[in-house]
Amino acid sequence: MKPQGIQPPKWAFRFLEWYCKPELLEDLQGDLHEYFDKTLEEKGARRAKVNYIIDVIKFFKPYTIKKLEILDQLTQFIMFKNYFKTSVRSIGRNKLFSAINIFGLAVSMSVCLLMITMYTEVKSYDKFHNDIDNLYRINSFQQYMDRDTYRYASTSLYLGNRMREEIPGISSITLLRRNAGGDAKVGDNTFPVDALYADEEFFDVLSFKLIRGTSSTALLEPNTIVITDETAEKLFKGKDPLDQTINLKGKDFKVTGVVEKPPFNSHMRFQALVSLTTLVEEMNSNEEVSNWPTFSGIWMNYIYFRTQEGISSSDIQARLDVICEEESNLLEHTTISTAIEPVSKIMTGESNMSNQLGNSMGREPLLLFAGLAFIVILSAGFNYTNLSIARSLRRSKEVGVRKVVGAKRAQIFSQFIVEATLISLASLVLAVFGFYLIKPLFLGINPEIESIFRLELGIEQVFYFLAFAILVGVFAGFLPALFLSKLKAISILKTNSNTKLFSRIALRKSLLVVQFTLSLIFIIAATIANRQFQYAMNYDMGFTTDNVLTLQLEGNDPFETETILERIPEIESISKSAFVLSVGSTWGTQMFSEDKLDSATIYYLSVDHKYIPMMEHKLLAGSNFPAKEKVENEESLILNETALKKFRLGTPEEAIGKIVEFDNQDLMISGVVEDFHNQTLGSEIRSFAFRHLPQNAGVLNLKLSTSDMVNTREKIKAAWDEFDQVHEFNATFYEDRIEDAYAMFSVLYKIVGFLAFLTICIASLGLLGMGVYTAETRLKEISVRKVLGATEGSLVKLLSKSFMLLLLLAAVIAIPITYFLFESVILADQAYRAPIGILELTLGVIIIFSIGFFTIGSQTLKAAKANPAETLRAE
Amino acid sequence: MKGTNLGEFEELVLLTIAALMEEAYSVAICEEIEKVTGRSVKLSVVHAVLNRLDKKGFVKSHLGEPTKARGGRRKRFFTVTHAGKATLSKVKEQRDQLWQLIPEFNLKMI
Repeated sequence: MKPQGIQPPKWAFRFLEWYCKPELLEDLQGDLHEYFDKTLEEKGARRAKVNYIIDVIKFFKPYTIKKLEILDQLTQFIMFKNYFKTSVRSIGRNKLFSAINIFGLAVSMSVCLLMITMYTEVKSYDKFHNDIDNLYRINSFQQYMDRDTYRYASTSLYLGNRMREEIPGISSITLLRRNAGGDAKVGDNTFPVDALYADEEFFDVLSFKLIRGTSSTALLEPNTIVITDETAEKLFKGKDPLDQTINLKGKDFKVTGVVEKPPFNSHMRFQALVSLTTLVEEMNSNEEVSNWPTFSGIWMNYIYFRTQEGISSSDIQARLDVICEEESNLLEHTTISTAIEPVSKIMTGESNMSNQLGNSMGREPLLLFAGLAFIVILSAGFNYTNLSIARSLRRSKEVGVRKVVGAKRAQIFSQFIVEATLISLASLVLAVFGFYLIKPLFLGINPEIESIFRLELGIEQVFYFLAFAILVGVFAGFLPALFLSKLKAISILKTNSNTKLFSRIALRKSLLVVQFTLSLIFIIAATIANRQFQYAMNYDMGFTTDNVLTLQLEGNDPFETETILERIPEIESISKSAFVLSVGSTWGTQMFSEDKLDSATIYYLSVDHKYIPMMEHKLLAGSNFPAKEKVENEESLILNETALKKFRLGTPEEAIGKIVEFDNQDLMISGVVEDFHNQTLGSEIRSFAFRHLPQNAGVLNLKLSTSDMVNTREKIKAAWDEFDQVHEFNATFYEDRIEDAYAMFSVLYKIVGFLAFLTICIASLGLLGMGVYTAETRLKEISVRKVLGATEGSLVKLLSKSFMLLLLLAAVIAIPITYFLFESVILADQAYRAPIGILELTLGVIIIFSIGFFTIGSQTLKAAKANPAETLRAE
Repeated sequence: MKGTNLGEFEELVLLTIAALMEEAYSVAICEEIEKVTGRSVKLSVVHAVLNRLDKKGFVKSHLGEPTKARGGRRKRFFTVTHAGKATLSKVKEQRDQLWQLIPEFNLKMI
């Protein structure tokens, strides 16, 4: 018996329908159906279906296939000229609408062009290395007990040595270490040089071009150095640098090679490479350093390697995991693991990685910016769609006539796509100008951005621009084209009333709401970011930073510098510290509790006796460090309250005099200060200690007592320039340092604020267009109402009511979204932050409402003021 | 117009159409050839041949009435045209002539 209801596979059936000539189709379908039924009865459903599919495919033969509709496409091609002409005419006829569209698209496209250039530039990073897909770096993850994992782009030399010896399948591997740089001296010439330690395989692994010297031996011997062509020019001024001697940090190095300056799109940048053997020799001769390098020394070193052909990185990873597990077992409490990252992904990889050797943009900011640019272009696209649909009434007659003459739906569709594409191409021209306008603004937001990007245009970018403009045209024109091509010739030409054509009002309204919701989100986000920035800036850090100028010593002796600066009368006092506190950098070490059972990380700053009074830290108990020039042996510590709690040292009074083991030495607690923000506001207050080590100073803090800050700064600069000709004068007011530390918010505020401004402009233009359009189409109605006695006020109310309702709806949607976004995503990991208040949320709404009311109101008022006699007489 | 020569399979199909008279449509032709020659015949091959015969002008086709068996689709019935008949008889004539040249015993030896 034939099982009931089993049908041939649908897709095969459709496929047959799709390719088969209409005159053969019915017979073929019938035949296949008959066969299907037969096999179904004899061999079952499965077999029947398979046979059916095979047969359908077998019938795909030249004689069964439909003729290509070449003729149709030919007409499309011929008609293109006509589409072009009508498009240009229609653009010319509706000057206001075309201007709104072109301007809006151009503005948003310039942002997108910036994005495209940025993206291609980031993608091009590190691509100059040969065979980049086979080039990897090792990242490390450190976890203490079961706390959060810290992620580093650096790793240990120890691991590198083991890899080289034990792991097969690595064709070449190079170990690097940062901080090889310092002042380089040649004769009387001194320049600060930024350098890396690198071993002899450096040039095998990485494709930096060696201009002079032999790549295999250049970095082999101790005390050898390879400099870039730029550095060579600075130090030797045209002389042949090879085999010359450079004095770097008081040690003589022989120049064994000249390397081309790392290109702009290299994440790794250096001015010189010092042979790693120099460091090895130094460490081995130093008796205090035993068993170096260690596995846990993962802060300064980098490993780059290439694998042999046929070996995948996962094979290497498996071997690495074994080594790491073995070594981590020897460590107390700490687990170190590694991950292999392709060098091509460094620039676009994860952004939450510390110790990067140079630039890393990270994936998230790139995605964020792409998302923002997309929203802006979306808004402009909506404008086009909206205005085109609104105006479709005027074009419907044209469509009707075309259809009567024989145009097919696809032809009408492509006509309107062509028109949209023309508009977007015209916008592209303007957008390129806009691009050059906003490029310097963008690069100037933050010095970091400037060091990563150049944003130069090349052939590739121009190609992307064109493709992008066409894409935008197609998307923006899609809905209007769909709508207009769907119209039926009869209904357009027969009926005089246009009521049916207005059925797209819901679509237009929802597009408007989306547009304004996006604008609102932007504007609210910008205000919140600004508020958070201001909050951080004005936050009471727990110490005073007024009029304090922080001067980087750049390696100069702190005491000598102090003596020189003391002569300037405007400087009230000078204190020394290792670095500038609370602006992002931290130093930490291990401290044991009193009973020496527990140990934990404590952060510290080395200062002199003048630092604590100058910054006005409040001493809760004990006293400040004694006035001493140099401290040979540390004796005392000053802790904060959090440290007392963490190490269970009791009340401030009780803690005084207790001895704790700190950084491998026993120190007495001589004072306790009130808690203050020793990190940035992003994190909690941590346990913290002041150490008394004035000779470790890297920064002089100058308290100025003058109202003329600018001149005083100049005076100090002059004094500096006199005794140090090598280094730039690097002094910043403490306040400005804090501002820099919260640059993220200020960057966010500037970018989002700018985009908010753009989207609002675009959306308002759209609103203006809609307002003009509504006023125009309802002119007659307004006149009649006016004749019957309506006041101007009531007419304005009538016309703008629906728009204002849309804006209200947009506000209702936007406020909770933005609130949620900031409350639980963006600001969630900020420990101290400004509350999001009513003002931030409503300010944007008020702005949008006033802009909306102004645009719509002005248009409707114009219409309402018109003399009814004029409009009605024209009929 | 394609060449008027008849291939072996084409001749077979043409003969089957003639033999089936009013009932000659693709599936039936397929089955008939299978029955007579005992070899398995693929529908797609028969279709292609029918299409070729049509092009050569040896057959013509018309659509029948829709039946339930084929999912409501009509059959395409084929009939041999005058040109088809002429070609068939010409082929037969040529073969007969050749046959007559063969002595009877020789054939039996084979």
